Amino acid sequence: MRSLNIPIADDEIRSLAVGEPVLLNGIILTGRDAVHKWMIDTFIKQTRPPQDADLEVYAAIKPLLDGGVIYHCGPVVSGLDSGDYRFVAAGPTTSIREEPYQGDVMRHFNLKGVVGKGGMGPKTLQACREVPGVYFHAIGGAASLIAQSVKKVLGVYKLEFGVPEAIWVIEVKDFPVVVTMDAHDSSLHAEIESSSKEVLDELLATA
Amino acid sequence: MQQDLTEAILELVRRAATDLPPDVEQSLHAAIEEEQPGTAARGALESILQNVNLAREKSTPICQDTGTPIFYVYYPEGWSTRKLREQIRAAVAEATARTYLRPNAVDSINGKNSGNNLGDDHFPSIHFEEVDGDTLTIDLILKGGGCENVGAQYKLPDNRLGAGRDLAGVRKVVLDAVYQAQGKGCAPGVLGVAIGGDRGSSYAASKEVLFRTLEDQNPDPELSQLENRLTEEANQLGIGPMGFGGKTTVLGTKITGLHRLPASYFVTVSYMCWAFRRRRMTLTDGEISYG
Repeated sequence: MRSLNIPIADDEIRSLAVGEPVLLNGIILTGRDAVHKWMIDTFIKQTRPPQDADLEVYAAIKPLLDGGVIYHCGPVVSGLDSGDYRFVAAGPTTSIREEPYQGDVMRHFNLKGVVGKGGMGPKTLQACREVPGVYFHAIGGAASLIAQSVKKVLGVYKLEFGVPEAIWVIEVKDFPVVVTMDAHDSSLHAEIESSSKEVLDELLATA
Repeated sequence: MQQDLTEAILELVRRAATDLPPDVEQSLHAAIEEEQPGTAARGALESILQNVNLAREKSTPICQDTGTPIFYVYYPEGWSTRKLREQIRAAVAEATARTYLRPNAVDSINGKNSGNNLGDDHFPSIHFEEVDGDTLTIDLILKGGGCENVGAQYKLPDNRLGAGRDLAGVRKVVLDAVYQAQGKGCAPGVLGVAIGGDRGSSYAASKEVLFRTLEDQNPDPELSQLENRLTEEANQLGIGPMGFGGKTTVLGTKITGLHRLPASYFVTVSYMCWAFRRRRMTLTDGEISYG
């Protein structure tokens, strides 16, 4: 199985194809509903001014996301009181909720990979071609298994969003994913939707 | 004075979150055999079972989305439901502190996560029913957000799907619900279907029906036949584990009917993910047991 080290180069991204299983290594950031909205509102569309530590957080995460990977995940974390954070369970959340934001976030930060589950839509697929980037599908619910690939929790930002919605900075090794949207307009999700629709139509036509 | 069940309920929560029930695990093993080695579908199921073993061994959550804890408490006459509610809430908060559960209660108005997994009266969700006899039973299901989001409620007749107010119509909308989900909600999952009720009771019943075991048969022969047919046909859609494409999209279908208003005919589909975390605790003669 191919091993990818983060940051990932463009030509490596372009060499990935839908269906390929991959192991990710390096530093990734978690970010889901609250974080994507915060990024868009504060830094991309700029519909709200940066407040409190926003600018510092931005300065800290920008270099990590450049050539990097974001993970749609709301983990279970221990050591919240002591600050000695450990990931206990860390499977992916459903990515499609970030579809309105993902392409713009990928372009703004030069994100090479989006990890989640269930795939994303045409806007993200277009960004995958342009940036370029890919969508990596992690195994939904394999939370304890995936937590094992998190070697260290390097830090956390925006903890005021709550534990599931914060930006967790983690170092991973051999994090197993499958490419399901590549930089060449291929999406496994679009294919399955189309083939399952054909079968549905046949089934609905029978009594 | 009634027994304080906080510790016992904490153990129920731990088991539900970390220890996948045997009927579900068995069903997943069977599903692996249906997929070709080297396929993404097979890989997904193998990872899932690896994770199930690891979670059980380490007492860590099977899935990080520990969902809404939904409790059904069947209590003998004389027990205080107020005290039981306090004990359940205390157990949930403690389970969260021990990382069996993720803090999941978010205030919808101000956006704040409560931090301890306790919210309003509906979080955790607790249903009480007084029963005959001396046995107290608590059923718990952890229903995650991913699968909750792909549940659906239809009104029959449904013009778009050509579904009328009969079981043939029910079949069509349930198949549509599986198609719309596209494996999101972590396929292969289990369908809980309620026919009838009002919008609220229909959803509640579609989740209650999920407490049945996978291998049980619906006592109504027509519904039993429909359950089997729906499982088979949902699998023909080929959506597969995680929506990767494959043979098993649905592990089982459970259907229940409720009385309805003449004007309304709801069909509600609650989708439960493969991480089908449901467990039971019983108290008889002072002895606690778990199932």
